[in-house]
Amino acid sequence: MFGGIIAEFGTRYLISIVVVTLQVSLAAVSISTLVSVVLAGVLGFGDFRGKGVLVSVINTGMGFPSVVVGLVVLLLLSNAGPVGGGFDLGLPGVGVLYSFGGVELLYTPTAMVVSQVVLATPVITSVTLSAIESVDPSIRDAAFAAGGTARDVQIAVVREARYGLVTAVLAGFGRAVSEVGSVLIVGGNIAIATGGGARVSFTRTLTTAITLEARQGNYGTGIALGVVLLTIALAVNGLGNVVRDRGRA
Amino acid sequence: MRYNAGDMSDRDGGDEGTTRRRLMQATGVAGLAGLAGCSGSGGGSTDAPATGESEGDMSTTEPPDPNVGDGELVLATTTSTYDTGLLDAINPLFQEAFGVTVRTISQGTGAAIETGRNGDADVILVHARGPEDEFLRDGAGINRRDVMFNDFVIVGPEDDPAGIDGMSSATEAFATIAEQEATFLSRGDDSGTNTKELNIWEAARVEPAGSWYRETGQGMGDTLNQASQTGGYTLSDRGTYLSQQNNIDLVIHVQGPLRDGPAILQNPYGVIPVNPAVHDNVNYMAAMAYVSFLTSPMGQAAIEEYTANGSQLFFPNALSEEPDFQQYVPQDYDGASSASVSPERFQSWVDEFVPEGF
Repeated sequence: MFGGIIAEFGTRYLISIVVVTLQVSLAAVSISTLVSVVLAGVLGFGDFRGKGVLVSVINTGMGFPSVVVGLVVLLLLSNAGPVGGGFDLGLPGVGVLYSFGGVELLYTPTAMVVSQVVLATPVITSVTLSAIESVDPSIRDAAFAAGGTARDVQIAVVREARYGLVTAVLAGFGRAVSEVGSVLIVGGNIAIATGGGARVSFTRTLTTAITLEARQGNYGTGIALGVVLLTIALAVNGLGNVVRDRGRA
Repeated sequence: MRYNAGDMSDRDGGDEGTTRRRLMQATGVAGLAGLAGCSGSGGGSTDAPATGESEGDMSTTEPPDPNVGDGELVLATTTSTYDTGLLDAINPLFQEAFGVTVRTISQGTGAAIETGRNGDADVILVHARGPEDEFLRDGAGINRRDVMFNDFVIVGPEDDPAGIDGMSSATEAFATIAEQEATFLSRGDDSGTNTKELNIWEAARVEPAGSWYRETGQGMGDTLNQASQTGGYTLSDRGTYLSQQNNIDLVIHVQGPLRDGPAILQNPYGVIPVNPAVHDNVNYMAAMAYVSFLTSPMGQAAIEEYTANGSQLFFPNALSEEPDFQQYVPQDYDGASSASVSPERFQSWVDEFVPEGF
């Protein structure tokens, strides 16, 4: 089966698809993790008005339809959209103040990272938050009793919740790497032809490559790509488990 | 139009626009660049742009300095030009000649035109003259050229439950399908093929409705697959049908004009650059270079030579000794009336472009 797809694709094309897939998803998960840890910390230790509403919003965010996220990111980054096209603060005598130069971002891996960050952040935040919340209250009490400041207590709790954080990151990665709707819309599923039928992925991920193969009726190739995707997901999860077990030992 | 993944920054010019763009991109891809070294995401290996390509397995290499614009061109096109493999075959020739990497987004014609209208592509290659004319009339695109054509065919299961095989009229075939209520799959996605299909229903004076008429909302390939699986009829461009013939159980029941079929099944393709006066950051020079490539003897020959399953899929029609003004302007454009207002037109240029106190 794999001999078949390598023959049909060229090794280089397949590798480039895997590289783009990993680049985009890992970048998105890294950014999401940073954002999520801060968010989960604020929600887990802080107490403020509207906290319950914010938690509900984040939990709902776990189910954001990826195509809707893709569409919103497309509109934002489009040359005709607020970010891509630049926007005007309406000050007299000042033209476009702020512009990313939309064409430069839409249909690039960066745009895909943006949409995957939006998709993965609620997942990672939510799982991290529940890990923090499920830390045994006795840990907090013990840290307090040992004369710790509020900060020391937080550090003790986060240390205790670190396995949960690994699970959160894995869940976020799973959401990002398996997602197809938004990366198809904002990435454009672009591969660059390099001559002699050879191609190199630019914004084509494993998932969007599968949609292309299915569209062309090459179901066998599509399934083979699916196996590659599953293998990657399995490897990443295995790695996560190793990290988790090391931490426990 | 470039995506700078950190490995190509030495190719940038120093003007204000590029610097700003580079800054924004650097911010945007900081996470990316650190993670995987960004190999494999550019057009070919760009790790050492100054020394060129060291692996000998590629027939094209990316020159260190793009010759036109900023070295990248975003082409929004239809699924039919991409899924048939045509663009994968001819774009490398363009890349070699102009040093510009082509990024192809294959959508339906409607979506491709919308992408161009938003300035998110530099050039579009599509096949629905009505929407193309609207695109021109709105000023969103300029310098349209005819590129190539093939035709549409009506395909369906071999046992032909509606009995349309061999009909010489597309409208009659559609009317018969509607009458028999035989399953018909419509693209339903505002693509060129969908536009054509709706035109045929209109010409047949049938309003397709009922459980036999299904919109797939997907590309031509998907729709052919579904028609094959469900034993339905559909309208397909000949190119996509021929290139997927091996994967599906459908046969041509009504031929297009390439094989003496009705003229309504014609399928001409046009290329239109996005108007740089509307979107100032489109790569207009590269877009025009792409137009010149497609319509040149070299590009036309490459289109002519492209085959799938032993058949030529597209027929180039850009080269002609006879003038064909209709390719540049909307089909209902009346040159005579516009000539009569030319003094006013000249005055409007003076008002718009000559600075006060000149």
